[in-house]
Amino acid sequence: MLDVRDLQVHFPVKMSAIQAVGRALVRQIRRGRTDETPVRPVVHAVDGVSFALGPGEILGLVGESGCGKTTTARAVLRLLAPTSGRILFEGTDLASLSEEAMRGIRPRMQIVFQDPHAALNPAMTIGQAIQDPLLIHREVAAAEAKEATFRVMEEVGLSPPEDLFDKYPADLSGGQKQRAVIARAIILRPSLIVADEPVAMLDMSVRARILELLLDLKARHGLTYLFITHDLATAKFVCDRIAIMYLGRIVETGPAAEIFREPKHPYTKALIAAVPVPEPGRPRAQALPRGEVPDAIRPPRGCRFHPRCPVALPTCGWEGRDFVDYLEDRRLNPETARVDETRIGRPTAWTASGLVVHRAARPDLAKLEEAVRSVLALAPAPLREAVTEIDVSAGEVAVRFREPEPLEPRPVAGRSVECLLY
Amino acid sequence: MTDALLSAKGLRVHYHTRRGPVRAVDAVSFDLLPGESLGIVGETGCGKSTLGKAILGLLPPRTKVEGSLRFRGQELVRLAPAAFRRLRGEELALIFQDPMTRLDPLMTIREHFVETLRAHDRKLSEDAAADRAAKVLRSMGIPETRLEHYPHEFSGGMRQRIMIAMAVVLRPKLLVADEPTTSLDVIVEAQILEILEALRRSYGMSLLLITHNLGVVAEVCDRVGVMYAGKLVEIGPIADVFRRPIHPYTQGLLASTIHMGTTELRSIDGMPPSLLAPPPACRFHPRCTFARDVCRAEEPEKVEFRPGHVAACHFGRDFL
Repeated sequence: MLDVRDLQVHFPVKMSAIQAVGRALVRQIRRGRTDETPVRPVVHAVDGVSFALGPGEILGLVGESGCGKTTTARAVLRLLAPTSGRILFEGTDLASLSEEAMRGIRPRMQIVFQDPHAALNPAMTIGQAIQDPLLIHREVAAAEAKEATFRVMEEVGLSPPEDLFDKYPADLSGGQKQRAVIARAIILRPSLIVADEPVAMLDMSVRARILELLLDLKARHGLTYLFITHDLATAKFVCDRIAIMYLGRIVETGPAAEIFREPKHPYTKALIAAVPVPEPGRPRAQALPRGEVPDAIRPPRGCRFHPRCPVALPTCGWEGRDFVDYLEDRRLNPETARVDETRIGRPTAWTASGLVVHRAARPDLAKLEEAVRSVLALAPAPLREAVTEIDVSAGEVAVRFREPEPLEPRPVAGRSVECLLY
Repeated sequence: MTDALLSAKGLRVHYHTRRGPVRAVDAVSFDLLPGESLGIVGETGCGKSTLGKAILGLLPPRTKVEGSLRFRGQELVRLAPAAFRRLRGEELALIFQDPMTRLDPLMTIREHFVETLRAHDRKLSEDAAADRAAKVLRSMGIPETRLEHYPHEFSGGMRQRIMIAMAVVLRPKLLVADEPTTSLDVIVEAQILEILEALRRSYGMSLLLITHNLGVVAEVCDRVGVMYAGKLVEIGPIADVFRRPIHPYTQGLLASTIHMGTTELRSIDGMPPSLLAPPPACRFHPRCTFARDVCRAEEPEKVEFRPGHVAACHFGRDFL
């Protein structure tokens, strides 16, 4: 039903003309020394994502904020234009379709938003909001539209519909508003529903009822869901298959039951282990990944998870800025911070440029080289072993890292994993 | 028996609104011991955040506060704002859900710390203040090289670490954390919870953790109190409340929580009442499947059903 291939969505970073000129100048001045200031910075929100969704299936796109799950969903609905890739929906490639042609497709694919308070126009009654798609896409008489609206309101549990039809969103509870949003999404009888965190804004005691409603509607109308969530417990319960996203890539995808039973990708493992469980006395997650999700403007080389990965290999994509990060880490310990201050210099004294990181050191190059060697000797093994050479020339010391091993999704134990361990 | 660090007795907080008084906290009593961590859970609008604000003296003016709230023997209800200011920071500290709204975008992290520290100790030199800041930041995994950075240069998790560092730099006795990890992703959330745990262990600080997330409470707290419509309906040791809940609301809340082991969906019928006109007698009775006449007529007493495990339900015995 839905087949997404190599989807890319990149957003240019908004800049004023002055900023753009400034950046270009900085780049001129630093030419050859750094690739850290691209002329037009771009957010790699979705960077080569492929998945397929069969009829009647629920696929969960799961990941932390900023992983690209919502952007993927919006691109699928063509609420934003993909940079490249194909989006085959019921045999039509939406990626290149005109806005005009999309109008004919839209009734077949609908969205349920996260925030029901924001998704409903406060000046429209609930009834008007729900019947609106019908009036836009189908030529129906007012009486007929109202009748259809009553039916769909009953179906989502907004009853009695004749009482609620003329109510405004402000008169409804959060759960009721979300029911109205769902009613509006299904009134055109779509085949695909994109549910973007449909219960995240709701209180615990009503979440279950909304999920039940979604499952019930699926069973009754043979709907297909693309289910976006950051909540692993919800994904585990609701989805047939899941795709775990990290920084614009799918790192692991397969049957939900399999992945939750035995996650394979180190990121999936960390994510599942970090979920707090309402079960007192259970041991806490050990060995959490360090730090946070990096900037999608300059995603890490190779495997995007490598700087935080507890089981990274030397071939995972280590590069110049990982060395600078390592120097930052050493500042956390007053002892090593003091040593580094005099021997290595502040982390900001080092310039990372792709696979190389270097620092000018006149007059005593030999001393700096020796310091770099001793610091590297204490570095985590994968970082240390990824160093190919320490080059001393032209008044600077440069540390060079190896090229990463190419990375692609591979079949592992009934699922697809993008990790060099497999 | 250790003396309580914080002791609430019949605490009531009523907000004035044009539509009448909102009974956000109603006759709430509990003790918090030194070094203990107590979770307060409940859904939106149950009064849990108001309770936190009352403890910190951050309620809006003209809010009616009654009952007693003693902190280290000192009465906090009707405490003068100047005295409260001194208490906050030195003895009581707080962290919020959204750190960005609490950090000044025009001040570096160093300036934030210097201001906080010097507000409580005018004789402290700027360098000495920055030294203390560097030390506490380091313990949270932020190198002192970042002291000169501005709040927007940090990620969400880093900002929350900075907020925590600022809250604990004066070594308070009690940290009130209102949804400290709600806007964070699970991995960062777990990192922050680890930090809170470590702080409590190393400083002997007490923690009052206000959250809707039962998983977070289970991982961090020794005891938990459950609030419903302004009332504290159940409180007890974490293992008892989670494994053998007494109040039907607690039972419903636990059952409706979707977690990794969920095999069937459960929910509580109806929705939480408006605090402008809460139901009489037991406030949960309109949604309670066990409700009988007495529940509609009389407010249930708080009963200690097990050692330290208190619930306000007429039929609590039936659920033991």
